Amino acid sequence: MTLTEEPRTTETAQPEIGRARRRKEDARLITGRTTWTDNMVLPGMLHLSIVRSPVAHARIGSVDVSAAREAPGVVAVYSGRDFAEEQGSLPCAWPVTPDMVNPGHPSIAVEEVNHVGEAVAVIVARSKAAAADAVELVDVDYAVLPPVLDMEQASTQDTDLCHAHLESNTSFHFVFDAGDAGTGGDTDEAFSGADVVVSRRFVNQRLIPAFMEPRSVVVQPQGDNYTMWSATQIPHILRVMLAMVTGVPEHKLRVIAPDVGGGFGGKLQVTPEEVLALLVARRLGKPVKYTETRSESLMSAHHGRDQIQYVDVAADREGNVKGLRVRLLADMGAYLRLITPGTPALGAFMYPAIYKFPAYRFELKGIFTNKTPTDAYRGAGRPEATFAIERIMDELAVELGMDPLELRRKNWIKHDEFPFTMVAGLEYDSGNYEAATARALELIGYDELRAEQQRRRESGDPVQLGIGFSTFTEMCGIAPSRVLGSLSFGSGGWEHASIRMLPTGKVEVVTGATPHGQGHETAWSQLVADKLGVPFEDVEVLHGDTSISPKGLDTYGSRSLVVGGTAVVKAADKVVAKARKVAAHLLEASEDDLEFEGGKFSVRGTPGTGLSIQEVALAIFAAHNYPEDVEPSIDADATFDPVNFSFPHGTHICAMEVDTETGMVKIRKYACVDDVGTIVNPLIVEGQIHGGLAQGIAQALYEEAVYDADGNLTTGSFVDYLVPSAADLPHFDTDNTVTPSTSNPMGSKGVGEAGTIASTPAVVNAALDAVRHLGVTDIRMPLTPERVWRALQTGGDGGDRAAAGTTAYGGASTESTTGVSTPASNPGGIS
Amino acid sequence: MIPAAFAYARPTTVEEALQAIADGGEDVKVMAGGQSLIPVMRLRMAAPETVVDLVSVSEMRGVRDDGDALVVGAMTTHHDVLVDPLIAEHAPLLVQATETVADRQVRARGTFGGALAHADPAGDLAAVALALDAEMVIAGSGGRRTVPAADFFVDYLTTCLEEGELLVEVRIPKLRGEWGVRYEKFNRVAQAWSIVAVAAAVRRENGHIAEARIGLTNMGSTPLRAQATEAALAGADASAAAIAAAAERAAEGTSPTSDLNAQADYREHLARVLTRRAVSAAAGL
Amino acid sequence: MSQITVRVDGVTYTDEVEPRTLLVHYLREQLGKVGTVVGCDTSNCGACTVHLDGAAVKSCTVLAVQADGSEVTTIEGLAAEDGTLHPVQKAFHEMHGLQCGFCTPGMIMASVDLLKENPHPSESEIREGIEGNLCRCTGYQNIVRAVRQAAGEMSAPETTGAQA
Repeated sequence: MTLTEEPRTTETAQPEIGRARRRKEDARLITGRTTWTDNMVLPGMLHLSIVRSPVAHARIGSVDVSAAREAPGVVAVYSGRDFAEEQGSLPCAWPVTPDMVNPGHPSIAVEEVNHVGEAVAVIVARSKAAAADAVELVDVDYAVLPPVLDMEQASTQDTDLCHAHLESNTSFHFVFDAGDAGTGGDTDEAFSGADVVVSRRFVNQRLIPAFMEPRSVVVQPQGDNYTMWSATQIPHILRVMLAMVTGVPEHKLRVIAPDVGGGFGGKLQVTPEEVLALLVARRLGKPVKYTETRSESLMSAHHGRDQIQYVDVAADREGNVKGLRVRLLADMGAYLRLITPGTPALGAFMYPAIYKFPAYRFELKGIFTNKTPTDAYRGAGRPEATFAIERIMDELAVELGMDPLELRRKNWIKHDEFPFTMVAGLEYDSGNYEAATARALELIGYDELRAEQQRRRESGDPVQLGIGFSTFTEMCGIAPSRVLGSLSFGSGGWEHASIRMLPTGKVEVVTGATPHGQGHETAWSQLVADKLGVPFEDVEVLHGDTSISPKGLDTYGSRSLVVGGTAVVKAADKVVAKARKVAAHLLEASEDDLEFEGGKFSVRGTPGTGLSIQEVALAIFAAHNYPEDVEPSIDADATFDPVNFSFPHGTHICAMEVDTETGMVKIRKYACVDDVGTIVNPLIVEGQIHGGLAQGIAQALYEEAVYDADGNLTTGSFVDYLVPSAADLPHFDTDNTVTPSTSNPMGSKGVGEAGTIASTPAVVNAALDAVRHLGVTDIRMPLTPERVWRALQTGGDGGDRAAAGTTAYGGASTESTTGVSTPASNPGGIS
Repeated sequence: MIPAAFAYARPTTVEEALQAIADGGEDVKVMAGGQSLIPVMRLRMAAPETVVDLVSVSEMRGVRDDGDALVVGAMTTHHDVLVDPLIAEHAPLLVQATETVADRQVRARGTFGGALAHADPAGDLAAVALALDAEMVIAGSGGRRTVPAADFFVDYLTTCLEEGELLVEVRIPKLRGEWGVRYEKFNRVAQAWSIVAVAAAVRRENGHIAEARIGLTNMGSTPLRAQATEAALAGADASAAAIAAAAERAAEGTSPTSDLNAQADYREHLARVLTRRAVSAAAGL
Repeated sequence: MSQITVRVDGVTYTDEVEPRTLLVHYLREQLGKVGTVVGCDTSNCGACTVHLDGAAVKSCTVLAVQADGSEVTTIEGLAAEDGTLHPVQKAFHEMHGLQCGFCTPGMIMASVDLLKENPHPSESEIREGIEGNLCRCTGYQNIVRAVRQAAGEMSAPETTGAQA
């Protein structure tokens, strides 16, 4: 490539939008020049460790911290009683019903513990090692209560109580009835008149977000001001909530999310550890740091999913769907965290998916159990809904003797029917399900696979082949503030951006969306480079610090680009508008005669004249000569509140081999075509899809948070909580169709959660398709070889097995025989 | 997590190591590669008073040819096992199994002898040692003794090593004749321990199976031999039908545990299927 | 306390450490080499991978005292002194082999080690070669691509890739 010497005005610059820019973020990440919270060291900084409850449910008798206080290097030890008056309750921002029962959530337990891993004491020491050493010196007297662990049992009258002071284990009963809402017909009628009704119970197992960077928090007190660095997705929300919870005035709090190593909803939280770090720093007037271990993270950072879904679908014999009824039990865990109740409730609007159901009813009960609280995990409500509907559509197809794809085609919204108001009341903006499906079939080589499946069936091959579909949509771009208000969400869904034009022509973009791996710095630079006509390299994106980026609602729900990116675009438009006035003044021309192209204002019909926006920035900085009626600045900001969600969609197809002798499943091929609207950076979009697929496939095949009969988390380390490695996942064949969204001016739809939402049912449907002819009708997730084998042997979903202990490191995490430290075991052995 | 504090000794000879163990007080842990011990100490499930680290005992490292047997130093790393030409030639079953152990970083530090002395029935190498009729050379204050693998593994995470003793090397008889081998490992993700695995070595003679040695991983509190299957295979046709019939007996005499990944009956089933597959592959079918 | 002398990223350090100090904690807390991170406590995630005397190890499962007399290379010492990226670093950038970047130091160090032993790995050899490193963001596909690309570049005759 040669450098062009042509003047910029005649350059046909490649548009940034749609360009596979390599990420700006990478430079520091691939060289280890990162700013993870745990890297932070401050003078005099003290280290916290947390004593956690080893029992699931108990009243706390005494907490004896005297020995721990005497331990070397220990500065202070606090129990719940020390903070009882000032800790408040961790916030729940989503009371989904007016009468929702919230037991309150202390950051550190005072009277009782309600799940294993709940904080009961905090140790403050001069070193991390000293803090860790003192943990076992704290003596807590627990009066053990029966743990409530089974969600179905807990929802009945015949149950122990998770919280003794409540009347039941039910937090709320949320209902959406399309008939009542006027968006659909009467559901009971639809069912009573239907030719075919198919009912299923699906278990959406408990998962753990398992971001790679363990959570970490540092608090520095400076007089009555506090700066908190935290590995969080939501510095802005955290600041507001901390102020409300602890009484530290909001304007005295600065929250910084430096480099954050993944979140997936798991860091969309106000955590007990953040509150405790702030309280300890306030009490001692010293900077403190707490970094969790992976074991602590798996045990006490919030979990996801954990719903039992009772789904009924009604249809006529021709396969036209007539009604959908969903009853849902959602495990809240022991407490309500930030959006614990809202996560399953959000699913209410997604169960009808892309299908034209005339009638729909959704009922949800939130149930307390003595387990770690659940909350957002990638997709948050929508994966569960998608799983249920895509699974039941397959079941209906079987019942009707129809091809599963044919049944879907018959009922989905056609591309010429958009915008389409769904039975759940949402208006889907745009889409083309036919096109995405056609492309996906092509990508996977559908006909060949079906032929091979036939051959394997006929020859009775022990390895059978199945093909599974998921034709999904989701609601993204959370969210229109008024809609959130109508759903009783505690906040709006707007996003803020501002653009600062620096005198040297460089551009600072401030965004309220807070990245933790998504590549905002790159994508926002592309947006601004296009809008302002400045070089991509001249743009710097600032974020994640409430002092630098004072307004924002952060990153979750695939909202950053469609809401936050739109705010950036609108701010850029304002910059151009302000610069136009100044340029017109400097060029002694009328604003109306100015063209703005390639970053340059020029007078129409007067070639050779012109002023770049970067030159205008310098001129307005000097401010020697500018119009009378404007301020000497071309900086601008914008706050964007969408009027609707956006609705990405796509078709995912999985081909699965099932070894019928062992139950082992293996993905043979995976192809998907996602329509996420306009694509700003195809590299980033592809990466988001890949990563989403990995997590959705992991739900189907590998991951499950398992508790034993006492309420101990059996899967308490990465030995047992199976996050898949590269060797466990297939190659993905991905592509996109592009149907621009009408909900934002860019036409983008959001991509962060698509892969996760779509993939899980495709994988399970594929496994079932492989073995359905052998009498298998369901297999519980994750599809462990044992479950698949049991389903093949004895029917059922294979899920009824003892919740047994782990063998990790000698079964030590659930049993007392570590096998390593006891004298009976291998005393002189080496390991 | 950080391990609890401990005293540390790093001897450079077996003699020094034995002395360090003797001097180490009540609660000594011997550390080979540390790839199981260090995580366990980090989780504070072990908090030894003294750690005797064998990493610098160079005489315990390496592989030598001793006529009818290979002698593998206990401190030979998994990585070194994988690249050793003698092992490749005379004990390919050990290579196959070692390839499945954990991941390359762990294999760079973890050791053959450490894995055997740890005696985790889910570990892959013990069943191989058993199937190959390996002998354990144990050093103690009174000198050295040699114990057959069958007597070495006593119970769950328990060997016959007495207090103050060290596993220093492992003698693996060379396979002579027309042997085929196969390690069939069954686990859920690449890094995971075996749910069940089968180590098979099969000697063929004139179209028959002259001898089969089958080690079972994670089918009891110690590694086991599938004795009934071995007996059924001795002299059997090298045919799919004969192997399948013999493999049906693979779980006889086993007592597998039930855990998160599998209940006992499923493990028994897997043992039968995997034995059939391992033996078939080893027999060249 | 034990005294150790260890060369890290080309610089020799002599320090007192507790025997229980893990190599990764020594790197991070005593040397300020915070590019190497801790992601788990069971030696599963591989985020802490460094090279110890030329071999990739999980520095959370090595004691600092064990590194006495050894040479350690971390992600911070992988690029050439003039800042030229190692081909594997470059390929991770080019192929979008990272998102949040937390696993990246370990993933890169493991990949470099893999390529040293197997300069032309197949896709499945790459996948198995990095099985000891967990990534939650990428689904691994672009990591695999990056390793392949780096392999190609490192074996190209005109390339003189910096080597750890």
